[in-house]
Amino acid sequence: MFELLGVPPQALFGQLLLGLINGAFYALLSLGLAVIFGLMNVINFTHGAQYMMGAFVAWMLLTYLGIPYWGALVLVPIIVGITGVIIERLFISRLYHLDHLYGLLLTFGLALMIEGLFRREYGSSGLPYANPLPGGTNLGFMFLPWYRAWVVAISLIVCFGTWFMIEKTQLGSYLRAATERPDLVQAFGINVPRMITLTYGFGVGLAALAGVLAAPIYSVNPTMGANLIIVVFAVVVIGGMGSIMGSILTGFGLGVIEGLTKVFYPEASNTVIFIIMAIVLMIRPQGLFGTPR
Amino acid sequence: MRSGIRALMAMAALCFGAGISQAQYSDGTIKIGVMNDQSGLYADLTGQGSVWAARKAIADFCKSTTCHNKIEVVFADHQNKPDVGSNVVRQWYDVDKVDVVVDVPTSSVALAVNTITKEKNKVFLVSGAATSDLTGKACSPNTIHWTYDTWALANGTGNAIVKTGGDSWFFLTADYAFGHALERDTAAVVEKTGGKVVGKVRHPFPGQDFSSFLLQAQASKAKIIGLANAGGDTINSIKQASEFGIVKGGQNLAGLLVFITDVHALGLPIAQGLIFTEAWYWDANDANRAFAKEFAPANKGNMPTMIHAGVYSSVLHYLKAVHAMKSDADGAAVVAKMKSMPTDDKLFGKGEIRADGRHIHPMYLFEVKSPAESKGPWDYYKTRATIPANEAFRPLADGGCPLAK
Repeated sequence: MFELLGVPPQALFGQLLLGLINGAFYALLSLGLAVIFGLMNVINFTHGAQYMMGAFVAWMLLTYLGIPYWGALVLVPIIVGITGVIIERLFISRLYHLDHLYGLLLTFGLALMIEGLFRREYGSSGLPYANPLPGGTNLGFMFLPWYRAWVVAISLIVCFGTWFMIEKTQLGSYLRAATERPDLVQAFGINVPRMITLTYGFGVGLAALAGVLAAPIYSVNPTMGANLIIVVFAVVVIGGMGSIMGSILTGFGLGVIEGLTKVFYPEASNTVIFIIMAIVLMIRPQGLFGTPR
Repeated sequence: MRSGIRALMAMAALCFGAGISQAQYSDGTIKIGVMNDQSGLYADLTGQGSVWAARKAIADFCKSTTCHNKIEVVFADHQNKPDVGSNVVRQWYDVDKVDVVVDVPTSSVALAVNTITKEKNKVFLVSGAATSDLTGKACSPNTIHWTYDTWALANGTGNAIVKTGGDSWFFLTADYAFGHALERDTAAVVEKTGGKVVGKVRHPFPGQDFSSFLLQAQASKAKIIGLANAGGDTINSIKQASEFGIVKGGQNLAGLLVFITDVHALGLPIAQGLIFTEAWYWDANDANRAFAKEFAPANKGNMPTMIHAGVYSSVLHYLKAVHAMKSDADGAAVVAKMKSMPTDDKLFGKGEIRADGRHIHPMYLFEVKSPAESKGPWDYYKTRATIPANEAFRPLADGGCPLAK
């Protein structure tokens, strides 16, 4: 059997697929961030905490109310999305006229507080959440758990669904117009503040959905989002701040690159994304898919 | 009015009394600094539980004997970062007059504290950190390693697994001082007992997705996948190994450092059958159960880990030594006194501290119960074997500690 750089091709296929699966999480999370930034110009640092809340609310629904995973998949994004709406109304909406930096600081502070509250209540070692789709199939080059296949499928559907909604529908065109000229859109009789609030709720709902998807495979603990959010920000920066398609493609692409790094030089696997970010920023400051602002 | 004067006089007497006893203690206070992870992946297995354990040791000590009237506990979060830990400890020693630092999980931080403590001639009681270097090449006359170390874990678990046929190993190692030490010590045991190490992969710390590394382990065809990591990393590794059907495929996992809080987070359906070595289990005897019964309500219902028990036991022994000397000023002298006194407390029983700073006590090989065997929450372990004190730790001569010569 031939080998590629010392790695048998079968193992390589396996790692590529795994990279794609991890990329699905990056894509879902960076999509939410891109939607919020692209349409509201808010750098939402609470995103990691909202992802964590998604996983926790799924656990709570199961533990306290007996609602299984599939119910949680629908309910959790709505519940956490509503908390997002409240946060937007109470806090973020007061900062639109200020510099980006204020929104960033506010959401960062909120993230620390939310994580602190969950840590206080549930500790740091995490909570068990059973896998709703145990088992898997042998693809020849690797064992593919059903659950991971499901994660990729739903992530692709949600990502491209969102892209379609924002770029190709009338609702999306209102949203984009409201970002460019809110006064004009308002003059046409559209309630712009409410639309922006709902956009934030939707972005938060996407984070929560990623959280539910993560609950069965990652440890459900208060820091799960903090570990991921920095990587996801790098993904958004590489893809181009606010570019929907950019964040989706970059999310999957970087997942694959990170997966390959885990084979060839595992020690660098959590820095490789930042190296790419530095290179991209040097060559194309607006990101791979972004337009200069 | 009369009672007011009496109270004043009593206070004056107290102050006077305090003044006398303070003469022998540095700034009149025995100040215990608990430093550990208060917010990250090791916060449940160390964290506030260790602070509680240190306070409990003081309360118990003062109940049984007349103790110094000012014993204080302070605590700090080192965030598992050596630079943060070093800054806190320097501040503690130089400005806040802390006399003894206890716990300190995360080996890289503990090694840094070890050096600073020696330089400042204070006392360092390690319960949380694992690396056996603390009593090996990095040993210090100011440090005592209380609860467990990588050698003891490797010896207990590695031996047991190789003897039952698990003779080829692949390591999944956390890429920092602790993981490296645990991998090194376990590999040595595996090779010594006739097994072989077929490969290893080092993952970033802390990690989240281990599937890629697990797949490499799977491809190695090793019978045993040794998890040389801890806390959230171990939880995620085990959870994902179950997802990828690794155990069903005939390979077995060896959790080299597993705490009861990890088992709780995994849940028995996934954790059942895991074999590992620990120094202490809350449900092993009446004394432990009594300790746990007080611990749990103060700590979100969690049971104490061996690290919490070690903090209790080491602080108690420290207080005994300091009170016997009536001074806490000279760190190395206090540690020498602690080494000269046999250890004896309700949680670790009778034991001793060796010249290299290693506290010697039995270790236990545990197996996680199946959901059917478990009678309720936190009823998780059954004892597979007791490793007697004289076999549980690395022989004095093998560690390369200059103090042992």
